[in-house]
Amino acid sequence: MLAEFGYGILVVTFLLSLYSVGAAMVGYFNKSAALVESARRSVLLTFPLLSVAALALIALLVRGDYQVQFVYEVTSNSMPTYLKVTAWWGGQAGSLLFWSWLMSAFASLVTLRKWERDQEFLPWVIVVAGVTLAFFLMLNILFENPFARLYQTLDGDIAAYTFAPASSTPILPSDGRGLNPLLRHPGMVIHPPMLYLGFVSFVIPFAFAIAALVTGRTDDRWIRLTRRWTLWAWLFLSFGLVLGGRWAYDVLGWGGYWGWDPVEISSFMPWLTATAFLHSVMIQEKRGMLKQWNMVLIILTYALVIFGTFLTRSGVLSSVHAFAQSAIGPSFFIFIGVTFITSIGLLIYRWADLRAEAEMKSMLSREALFLLNNLLFMSVLVVCFWGVIFPLISELFTGQKVTVGPPFYERANAPLFAALMLLMGVAPLSAWGHSTVQTLGRALWKPVIAALAITALAFVTYTRNVIALIGFFLVALVILVTLYEFWRGARARQRTQGENFFTALARLIGKNRRRYGGYIIHISMMLMAIGILGIELFQTQTQGTLQVNQSLELQGYKLVYKDIASWDNPGANVNYTRAVVEVYKNDQLLTELHPRTDYYFESQQNMTIPGVRSTLTDDVYLLLVDWEPASAAGATFKVFVNPLVNWLWIGCIAFLFGVIIAAWPDKDLQPVTVRSARTAHQASAAD
Amino acid sequence: MNRALRNTQHAILLLLLATVLVIPASAQGQPPTDDEVNAIASQLYCPVCENTPLDVCPTQACAQWRDLIRLMLSQGESEAQIKQYFVDNYGARVLNEPPRTGLNWLAYIVPPVVILLGAGFLVRALRGMKKPVPAAPTQGRENEAPADEYVARLEEEVRNRN
Repeated sequence: MLAEFGYGILVVTFLLSLYSVGAAMVGYFNKSAALVESARRSVLLTFPLLSVAALALIALLVRGDYQVQFVYEVTSNSMPTYLKVTAWWGGQAGSLLFWSWLMSAFASLVTLRKWERDQEFLPWVIVVAGVTLAFFLMLNILFENPFARLYQTLDGDIAAYTFAPASSTPILPSDGRGLNPLLRHPGMVIHPPMLYLGFVSFVIPFAFAIAALVTGRTDDRWIRLTRRWTLWAWLFLSFGLVLGGRWAYDVLGWGGYWGWDPVEISSFMPWLTATAFLHSVMIQEKRGMLKQWNMVLIILTYALVIFGTFLTRSGVLSSVHAFAQSAIGPSFFIFIGVTFITSIGLLIYRWADLRAEAEMKSMLSREALFLLNNLLFMSVLVVCFWGVIFPLISELFTGQKVTVGPPFYERANAPLFAALMLLMGVAPLSAWGHSTVQTLGRALWKPVIAALAITALAFVTYTRNVIALIGFFLVALVILVTLYEFWRGARARQRTQGENFFTALARLIGKNRRRYGGYIIHISMMLMAIGILGIELFQTQTQGTLQVNQSLELQGYKLVYKDIASWDNPGANVNYTRAVVEVYKNDQLLTELHPRTDYYFESQQNMTIPGVRSTLTDDVYLLLVDWEPASAAGATFKVFVNPLVNWLWIGCIAFLFGVIIAAWPDKDLQPVTVRSARTAHQASAAD
Repeated sequence: MNRALRNTQHAILLLLLATVLVIPASAQGQPPTDDEVNAIASQLYCPVCENTPLDVCPTQACAQWRDLIRLMLSQGESEAQIKQYFVDNYGARVLNEPPRTGLNWLAYIVPPVVILLGAGFLVRALRGMKKPVPAAPTQGRENEAPADEYVARLEEEVRNRN
């Protein structure tokens, strides 16, 4: 009953979103405010409706209604309630519904804002959000119904059906298969919603861009309206990526956080275009340039968001043929194609209106350097995109399957990342409009010398590795330049305003939060870079089979195997095997580590949980690889020493802090001129 | 899945065969360490699971493939020979990069070409932007911009001193 009810709601919401698209378009062309208003209200209605559908699914999940195929596949009696709830996005059909639910939430949120000054945008924002919502709901309704139930037909076949087939008997399994154990980790509970939040919220700036193109109101209004929205979207996307990395580090047991896996890359690609977009919109706001390019970037971001969902959801990554057989693959492909071509068509139609208002005066000006930044982000995108689709092309044309793995991406991207770091060091010191070698050199020489001194120190005390030294130099340069910017600004305020240094610093940041929030994000990126350089260049590992009291040694650490124990947890249907290993350095006991292997009976799957000792200088990361039930036979351990990796996570926290500073809504804007007073008012109304 | 299963059976058979034939030979040298095995396994991808390097793959099949590497090492086979063995038996997908042959060259050529084209396009666009654009409506923004935005902002703050 509940299943039919949920499915019915999906169908109603689908029709409603189609209606909102139609009403908005007709309303726009016939200049009927009433029709547009009707479209707006139907969008507002999609959110409560989909919330009810979602609640129905959650009720089925929690109740353990295993006749529903989705419930059968992702839950089991032994799972705790909170995992049964989060199993909502633990499988294909549920996660598509989750996507739709978020889409309706954001669409409703955006239609609730005050539209007086931007009436002409409203119908087209509704159209874009409505089309996207309708597409995802269609996938649920036609191909991946989360409410489909299991029936046995007369010829003995068991399959899931939306409606009970004639003369069939319902199948009522007493237990489900249970969620993939890898997905039961807290990181994996939060990671998909974060990533989806990021994905879906980028639909809104795209919707405004399309609205600007259709209506011909192609000034930077759409950018100002969506500025903060874009920042929050970017925050969610970034955090989704980082949480995925942390989850990999904690659960997958390969000693790393990022494996250049196509699924990872598919969520990294929209992040690249979005980051380029965040930078290049500033040129449009400050200088009235790059309008066409900003449109390209937001269109690409939207396409890559859908493409990312497509890559992970259609099975195309495992094989081109799996894609062709999957029901949703071709639909995604058509949807991406149609939306992309339509958007580009609109852009070409408005191309002349989007000409630059200013000229490039210097190749060293801030805007020229921002353009270079964009080129670098796009280059990383090209490498990633090609790496992901090349195996598909190869399989399609030659039938040969190939793997594009870490060496390919690292070799191509490392110099691009280094160039981006150099830009992060130089660009904050260049000026908008004019900059010459002299002005830039004058600002740059002190930080360069200081960074060289730090690099020399690293050379003497830490490493002779040339790549690492280049990396450390760039990290030091960026951090010094950025701190110098903070110091210079605060000192200037101190002089002119007579405030003490810390008040001056706080007010400086408060007055220009986007700029200084951005700088904090730059510093956080450098902290992450320290962690990445450490683990990429200095990671060491060894593996060995030990008897009790025997030891493994690595990088001055001595790991002594003390004990192992194995026990069942019948309630959770898991068997735990946990080893006790003491970690020594210079004959001093530092800590005891407990690497573990969990065996899930339901899915017959092993999960390797590392024992980790984490400090600012390095992580000792210990895995229990294998053991014999009789303790005399010993156990096999693999140990990694991951230098500096903790800085990666510290950088993530600084990053969060920076984005919140930059994106927090303005309350105390003090407009200088009438024009900016008006835009400030509109901007705050938009947030 | 059937193919994967066949591959696994194939590997086990080979392993058994090899064990019978060559164990005596390995007694002469030092047995290969886990680290030597992992060094090669980390460059290979599990022939069964998607996108999982062979050194970290937890499945039983991969454990057997690692044992196979150990065995081949103890027979004195080189890293290149072992990798070739895996390519011959399971296809090029076990390598962590496409082999540099035939159409696979595209994997390496396309990104730099596209990036260079992009860079060329950017340089052209920049040159274009440097020329004055008479048709474009200017709002006088760039004319007002003082030489140093930083100074300008500070001046503005001084003016608005509360």
